[in-house]
Amino acid sequence: MTSFQPLRSVASRAFVLDRNDVDTDQIIPARFLTTTSRAGLGRFAFYDWRFDEHGRQKNDSPFAGVEPGDFAILVAGSNFGCGSSREHAPWALLDFGFRAVVSSDIADIFKSNALKNGLLPVTVDVRTHQRLLSSPGAAISIDLDAETLRLPDGETVSFKVEPFARRCLLDGVDPLGFLLDRIPLIEAYERESAKERMS
Amino acid sequence: MPHAAPRSLLDKLWERHIVAPETPEAPALLYIDLHLIHEVTSPQAFAALAERGLKVRRPELTLGTLDHSTPTLPPDANGRLLYASREAEQQVETLIRNCAEHGVRLLGLRDPQRGIVHVIGPELGLTQPGKTIVCGDSHTSTHGAFGALAFGIGTTEVGHVLATQCLLQRKPKSMRVVIDGAAPHGVGAKDMALAMIATIGADGGQGYAIEFAGEAVRALSMEGRMTLCNMSIEAGARSGLVAPDETTFAYLEGRPYAPSSAEFERAVSRWRNLASDAGARFDREVRIDASSLRPMITYGVSPAAAAPVDSRMPAPESASERAAAAYMRFESGDAFVTAAVNRVFIGSCTNSRLSDLREAAEVMRGRKVRSGVVALIVPGSETVKRAAEAENLHRVFIDAGAEWREPGCSMCIGMNGDIGAPGELVVSTSNRNFIGRQGKEVRTVLASPATAAASAIEGRIADPRKYLREKSEAA
Repeated sequence: MTSFQPLRSVASRAFVLDRNDVDTDQIIPARFLTTTSRAGLGRFAFYDWRFDEHGRQKNDSPFAGVEPGDFAILVAGSNFGCGSSREHAPWALLDFGFRAVVSSDIADIFKSNALKNGLLPVTVDVRTHQRLLSSPGAAISIDLDAETLRLPDGETVSFKVEPFARRCLLDGVDPLGFLLDRIPLIEAYERESAKERMS
Repeated sequence: MPHAAPRSLLDKLWERHIVAPETPEAPALLYIDLHLIHEVTSPQAFAALAERGLKVRRPELTLGTLDHSTPTLPPDANGRLLYASREAEQQVETLIRNCAEHGVRLLGLRDPQRGIVHVIGPELGLTQPGKTIVCGDSHTSTHGAFGALAFGIGTTEVGHVLATQCLLQRKPKSMRVVIDGAAPHGVGAKDMALAMIATIGADGGQGYAIEFAGEAVRALSMEGRMTLCNMSIEAGARSGLVAPDETTFAYLEGRPYAPSSAEFERAVSRWRNLASDAGARFDREVRIDASSLRPMITYGVSPAAAAPVDSRMPAPESASERAAAAYMRFESGDAFVTAAVNRVFIGSCTNSRLSDLREAAEVMRGRKVRSGVVALIVPGSETVKRAAEAENLHRVFIDAGAEWREPGCSMCIGMNGDIGAPGELVVSTSNRNFIGRQGKEVRTVLASPATAAASAIEGRIADPRKYLREKSEAA
């Protein structure tokens, strides 16, 4: 798919959003979902965090002064990406410049959507998470091949990414192509289950 | 002779849909029996197919409906629908075009079976025990109430299913939530769901499929079980499950797409075998005592922030909870029943079915919505709307001063323009109290249809029990 972006490593200062349960409605409010495209959604990323009801930038927001592309790593509180299955959430984050999201736990559907678009969800232990939450702007590097995250003091912690998704990201394997290659298996399954229904 | 290991409902559903088994390197190739699509999460999937010159592989296993962006007000004098925006209308037109091009059946705007995707699947009898069901919508968990493995997917995966009828999936862990005992007067499925989420947390179900079991679950109607499974995702679980039983079979018999009468008994005997075997192993077990429950409401910006309606605002304990309390404008120690309500929404894939409307009507019958409160009643489908009108429920609502609308997702997500004004407090039967979900700065309190209706009458958050007959059948 054209949006598929291979990914090996990310190095950036961390943007910290120290809030638990950041749901996909906060990542991109539902009123921006009437689009039939996946492009250009970065302008709506965290829209209500960034803008007031008149569309002016909020001064008291953690996003004050932050422009798209300033940060490639987002560190957020637990249960990041909960709620709606909208893939517009990773599309918006990527278009805003993020390539990785780090939390102590990341919601299942968001995680799955993120991986399919080259946005890396990184789940770290609670102690590392706390350190990251309390270090806004810290320089972090993430190596997907080694599955390690390096903190500013050089300490390295490991994380796990589902092996198939990891291979897709590293080698640029397209999951739909992988599925299409297995159409004969799918046809065999369909023949078997049709027989079972008749018996 | 060795006994086969006892299997759970999840094990059985999973095993019978494996096209290629899971390995350390690759997820299982899982076959999808029913794919539901709507206008919001499908356009980019069809576009991805078009880019590669692919067609929908099994259009007859796919059903489309229009629900998220559709107006709930009737057409204007010229017969034109009042869309929230040109983009919303274009999104609807795009699905109509995509379905026509690929031979996918669409329940279009004038179709007498159109409705919210998670209301129509079950009421048409398409949702059946033993099936795998997906939709680009997180509340697909609803269909698990029938003993189907049902979960929400993203748009890329919508494309995968359209192109191949399969998904690459790792098997989820299994959790059993046993709700024992009998639910007291005024406590229904929504209250159980909120209590469950408060117990395990908004991320407690992450990585799991939750099977609901126990006396209180068995006693629920199918509609109540759908409410419970619908809210599984609010605890982080992509799937909720209830083993099919006589209640399930009775609900399905005679529905348009259920097995016909000749085949029905055979289907039922297959479905009976789906229940978890005695001794089946679960990765986590949780017990809830239904008899200790009270009607529940939420007081924060996560569905896990739930408490009995007749209790008080707890003191926030973290930065996130302090921010939530500030957003909701609730002070620690305040009784919830003193909070003034501006708007009430009864509807959504959680609570817009006939039994939900009956429950709300029981509270509203012969009473008036408090002056200044706007109450929206939005049936889940055209079928629900007709059935409610046949019972004159719409009269009860209209006589009470509530608005009786056309079917759709409406204020649950607010995409069609049905939203509250900044600062308003909305008591809502929907599933998410997220910041801004029902309009910018709108404060959402989740509750059952009875609690929402009672709150409309009193103009503040209200305990519904005094309005309900003892041993209410509403579940």
